[in-house]
Amino acid sequence: MDKFLQLLLSGVALGGIYALVALGFVVIYKSSGAFNFAQGGFVTLGVYMVYQFGTDWGLPFWLALILVMIAMAAVGMFLERLVIRPMVGKPTFTVVLITLGLLLIIEQVVRSVWTTPGLVLSVPWGNGRSQLGDVTLRHADLWTMVSVAVLLAAFFGFFRYSRTGLGMRATALDQEAAAAQGISVGRSFAVSWAVAAAVAVVAGVMLVSRGGGALSPAIGFVALAAFPAMILGGLDSAGGAVVGGVLIGLAEIMSQGYLDVSWLGSNVEVVVPYVLMVLVLLWRPEGLLGTRRVERV
Amino acid sequence: MSGGFLRRMLPSPDPARPAGVSVNPLLPGAGAKVAAAVTVAGVVICPLVLDDPFWITVLGNAGTFAVAALGLSLLTGFCGQVSLGHAAFLTVGGYLVAYFGAGLGWPLPAWLALAAATGAAIGALVGPFALRFKGNYLVVVTLALIFVVTHVTRNWEGFTGGFDGISTNKAPLALGGLDFGDMSAFGQRLDRQQGLFYLSWILVGISALVVRNLVRSRPGRAMQAIRDRDLAAEVIGVSNARYKIAAFAISSALASMAGAVYAVGLRFITPNEPLAELFLSIRFVAIIIVGGMGTVYGAVVGALLLGPLPELVKEFVSYLDVTIPGLGRPLVSDTVAAEPLFSTSAFSEALFGLLLVLALLFQPQGIAGVVRSVRMRIAGRAPR
Repeated sequence: MDKFLQLLLSGVALGGIYALVALGFVVIYKSSGAFNFAQGGFVTLGVYMVYQFGTDWGLPFWLALILVMIAMAAVGMFLERLVIRPMVGKPTFTVVLITLGLLLIIEQVVRSVWTTPGLVLSVPWGNGRSQLGDVTLRHADLWTMVSVAVLLAAFFGFFRYSRTGLGMRATALDQEAAAAQGISVGRSFAVSWAVAAAVAVVAGVMLVSRGGGALSPAIGFVALAAFPAMILGGLDSAGGAVVGGVLIGLAEIMSQGYLDVSWLGSNVEVVVPYVLMVLVLLWRPEGLLGTRRVERV
Repeated sequence: MSGGFLRRMLPSPDPARPAGVSVNPLLPGAGAKVAAAVTVAGVVICPLVLDDPFWITVLGNAGTFAVAALGLSLLTGFCGQVSLGHAAFLTVGGYLVAYFGAGLGWPLPAWLALAAATGAAIGALVGPFALRFKGNYLVVVTLALIFVVTHVTRNWEGFTGGFDGISTNKAPLALGGLDFGDMSAFGQRLDRQQGLFYLSWILVGISALVVRNLVRSRPGRAMQAIRDRDLAAEVIGVSNARYKIAAFAISSALASMAGAVYAVGLRFITPNEPLAELFLSIRFVAIIIVGGMGTVYGAVVGALLLGPLPELVKEFVSYLDVTIPGLGRPLVSDTVAAEPLFSTSAFSEALFGLLLVLALLFQPQGIAGVVRSVRMRIAGRAPR
């Protein structure tokens, strides 16, 4: 039972990381209807910048985090203006391919700027952990869950009540109709890319602190595991991203803990998110909480 | 996903051709006939006059890339189904030739046929997913293929050699009396790489003929109808299920065959490099986009130009090894101690990303689009 509780906690915490990455996907999908493959690149770039500002240059961690979130928002807006804006009104598929190209570029830029291997990010909560009965609670996991909760609440309010958020939803539904209503499609895109890039910083910091602070240019890989989370939950739903993230996190950790079947091979947990995603999608193609689309012949 | 989402990347109908009249010959116009003849002559002569093993290998690999790119071109350019799982099928072919060809000594036609059949079977299994998921969803669902295949290659040690990898070097290359591993032509003895060059370009010829004939026949038109608007196609009686599954099967069969020949050229394959990587899949997407979607020759041209890029960067790294002023670090270098901005592999990866973005921004119809507008200008019509 203790093992189960411990795994449950780790699963939810890992799911929180996926949810943080997936929230970045959702905000761009909600405004442009495109998947942003470069989100993983944003995660990597963001956390390396936090390392640079905080650990290397010695700024207080929280100040560094906020500065980097602002800087990354600017990077997101810049990239949007540079390569995504020319695609307004074009098929979303081209945008998806462009973000794939961006992913390849950003990852290599990170590698070329921070060449020293084995950099370590220091965070205020360090490697701290508390004991709750027989279950160990890592502070990094606690912070992950707190930031998921805060961001989810902020997203909820933003998309339901703010003018900009509503405008972004309208843009995703129909760019022309939104423009006819006086909503600036370009501004919606810019804001969504800024928000996604800023959220990626939080995701990166939480991810790295969960692993003890070790930085690697390959951490953007996590985005590929967060894709199933987003799709599982439903592309256009922030709540769905969190539900999907937690489900994938739980599935991954539980299969790590219990699924010790030799013929499945080692590291089967890497495949589990994708298998789970495909199975759920076969049953509900729009995801668990996504908007249902009806199409019949 | 509403229909026609690839619209902007496809050739526009030629206004000179009357609609409704069946004019879609195998090689339209004199230019295409000349180009085909020149290509065939070039392929025959190339290994005889080029005695540099580097270029033979590079051009031979470009051939195997062209075969796989033709498959993706059929699937994406003509049937509108985008896949990021293409590299997974190359991996399947690679391990099949390692086990059955190099390991058990199956002859060339047998392992090639096995690779094609297995690729087709797995592709046909993926096909039904394309009925359920469309457009961008399919992009992510096909990512699952990469994860599953990589997992299998790492863990099924009895078949794949696990992390240690497996040799493909002993795979028989004899086809009847013709041994691609030990050929002689026009009084010259040819080595294994030269033989593999011929083998891969013969496969390019066959695949190009198959794809070209397919897309100008009824099934091909059905696929293009699905690409342009799948709902409308279904309404007028084109079975989405049938043609999407067929497109996946044929495309995967070509990829798997290409993977088998590619793996033989590599001599040794491991689960990480260079097969079964997302990067390889993206390379194929870049190849068909830069070449020009919705054309057969675009895939071959794209593969020739972009396929060998990483090898070329590695070979000519000394030209890129220039120190950036003010930074004191070279742009690209393969010595880590020089602290280059990019390692050779990193540079080619970033280069692919850049080419993909630039092509989509400025020339979404690829090289085929450039050729088309040049031809129209020569013919005295303003390009569209």
